[in-house]
Amino acid sequence: MNVLMTGVGGQGIILASDMLSEVMMRSGCDVKKSEIHGMAQRGGSVMSHVRFAERVDSPLIPFGGCDILLSFEELEAARYLRYLKKDATVIINRYRLAPPAVVSGSRTYPDVVPIIREKTPNIHLVPGSAIAEEMGNARGVNIILLGALSALLDPPESAWYDAINSMLKEKIRAANIEGFKRGRQIQIQ
Amino acid sequence: MAFFIFESSQGEYVMKKILSGNEAIARGAFEAGVSFVSAYPGTPSTEILQTVANEYPAIHAEWTPNEKVALEVAAGASYAGARCMAVMKHVGVNVAADPLMTLPYTLIRGGLVLVSADDPELFSSQNEQDNRHYARFAKIPMLEPSTSQEAKDFMIEAVRISEEFETPVMLRTTTRISHSMGVVELGRENGCRTPSLERHPAEWVMLPANARARHPVIEERIWSLRACSDASPLNFMEMGSPKLGIISSGVAYQYAKEAFPDASFLKLGLSYPLPEELIRKFAAQVDDLWVVEELDPFMEEQVKAMGIDCHGKDRLSLCGELNPDIIRNAITGREPEDAALPDLPPRPPSMCPGCPHRSMLWALKRNKCFIAGDIGCYTLGFLPPLSAIDTCLCMGAGINHAHGMATVFGPGKEKIAAVIGDSTFYHSGITGLLNLAYNKGAALIVILDNSTTAMTGAQDHPGTGVTVRGERNVNLDLETLVRALGIGWVKTVDPYDVKQTRKDVKEALEFEGPSVIISKAPCVLLKSRKVPGRPLTVDTDVCTGCKVCIGLGCPAIEFRDEKAHINEMCVGCGVCADLCAPGAIGGEK
Repeated sequence: MNVLMTGVGGQGIILASDMLSEVMMRSGCDVKKSEIHGMAQRGGSVMSHVRFAERVDSPLIPFGGCDILLSFEELEAARYLRYLKKDATVIINRYRLAPPAVVSGSRTYPDVVPIIREKTPNIHLVPGSAIAEEMGNARGVNIILLGALSALLDPPESAWYDAINSMLKEKIRAANIEGFKRGRQIQIQ
Repeated sequence: MAFFIFESSQGEYVMKKILSGNEAIARGAFEAGVSFVSAYPGTPSTEILQTVANEYPAIHAEWTPNEKVALEVAAGASYAGARCMAVMKHVGVNVAADPLMTLPYTLIRGGLVLVSADDPELFSSQNEQDNRHYARFAKIPMLEPSTSQEAKDFMIEAVRISEEFETPVMLRTTTRISHSMGVVELGRENGCRTPSLERHPAEWVMLPANARARHPVIEERIWSLRACSDASPLNFMEMGSPKLGIISSGVAYQYAKEAFPDASFLKLGLSYPLPEELIRKFAAQVDDLWVVEELDPFMEEQVKAMGIDCHGKDRLSLCGELNPDIIRNAITGREPEDAALPDLPPRPPSMCPGCPHRSMLWALKRNKCFIAGDIGCYTLGFLPPLSAIDTCLCMGAGINHAHGMATVFGPGKEKIAAVIGDSTFYHSGITGLLNLAYNKGAALIVILDNSTTAMTGAQDHPGTGVTVRGERNVNLDLETLVRALGIGWVKTVDPYDVKQTRKDVKEALEFEGPSVIISKAPCVLLKSRKVPGRPLTVDTDVCTGCKVCIGLGCPAIEFRDEKAHINEMCVGCGVCADLCAPGAIGGEK
């Protein structure tokens, strides 16, 4: 299984992909994950490849090999379409962050859904950022989206709480579990 | 991350943990009994020392001002008998190249490992040099891990080889090894060596007579390491179909394995010196031989020099990183799929909203300066609309560019300035500034002092006086240091005070002789930042749509419907409000 997480530097993608990797390792899979740190984090486009199976070789997902794309931002969902399998599941957080060319007015922010539909019909727009705002912490969007993703994967709900409890500091655990539950309630078929 | 205990098939318990290559190297150092680690931050190597500092309190860890210092202090620790590791990114090894080329002549006591983290694809670097050449150049053995597990295990093996052969050993990673995560089975700590004072003048005092006697030692050593490479468990054959044979190392091995799971492989972990016997044996057993490696044909040329015909860089690019698709297409001869990619607005990295560099670069531009840049976040000021950086070569080069240019133009002809960050200044800017003063330069040098090494994720340095473990040891006064170097005109400015900054820049440029402005404001990502964190607002009835604020290139200011709008990324630094002639930008500054 190959999961690609995309978004903008600073959205908490690395923690979400760390947590996914931890849960899959505990369920007995070989896991590899790859992403770029450094310059790419300064508000640039970021992606994290997470692969799990009995044995994983390449830390990078091959083109046409991605089963699930989880995008933290709408535009970033369309940037890495080469990685998608035919009929891959695409989960997009309803959130638009204007890139520099849109900020300066030289380009318009595109509607990405028709672009992605050419590759796969399985597109789910989810209100991750809206739920995070409602819960009073915009930065909590990563755990909400992870909750939404978790419903598509094998490990039981309790496995995710075990990972949250072992990876996060005590004072932020309760809020993260709450966010995870809200995300998991989003029904993605 | 917490470790997790699994029960093995033999009923024993093994501890497994998901680690990045960098975290695994730190763990390997711990298990190998390393007691001294030095580094200068640089992507993709930075997390190695940070992990050592955070997780292994018994190991001495230090940020050094630059990579030359890092390697030399590690050499000192080794001479005293301790196991040690010096860590840097690929271009950092250039800075450490002076000690590196002579260090193998000297007697290594405690195991000494040089970690070089290369950056194929230039994710965060100024070039994509292939540092495997350094192993051959310095005549030292090199190990190349392909996974996080190997990163940990090879670190231990590197220490062992270093002590057995009394040589520095290079552990070479790439971004995809350093920053990829994988499951690692943890081992036990082996225990440190106790330091002891010895004297080996013939082996440690490298004056010509001694060095001449030592040169044959390293030639003989690298010769005997060939046999070691042939026998090493790090180098092995995995025989599949004899039709296709692939020699590979590092992450390229994993990509090739993904692309051709049924092929035969010669997997090289100890990749310098190459295992010649093993290569001959492998080549004889396969029909079509390929060497799959990123960047230069380092192994391929050596294989060909052995008289063995093979493919490699005739079909694989010398530039950029590989992936399974590139390798599959190269070997099968298939044309890459012409995937028509949608035309999307790009999203390059940019300076953060509220970054103190922005207003200083703007002030220099408004004074019509040529701006020699350096390595750091401010290099991003190159991007439009700011378009404020005119050169960027390597750490510390900007001051020297400016001096060279200003000198050939002569006084009063062109306005030549250089910008350099505080960490970069301590790394290799001090000598340039010393030269500028000594040779009567005239350029304006701006030290962008944001009290951290920002681009690599906020590391301390001698200027902050705080060590990697948070101890405050020195209080360095930058203005005093600059004066001591011989600079007569020095002023510390607050870059958020836009009008004053512009005036100070003008005054500095008019001064005959070298001048230094210290632009002092903490990075906005630090807790000590000066900005209030509350977004400003635009009164669209007052905004004339003049776009002066847009010229700052701040991601928080958007231009829609002929007016400026400020989004929620704004941290309220107020620079745009100061520039807004109609006074349309307000809010609590």
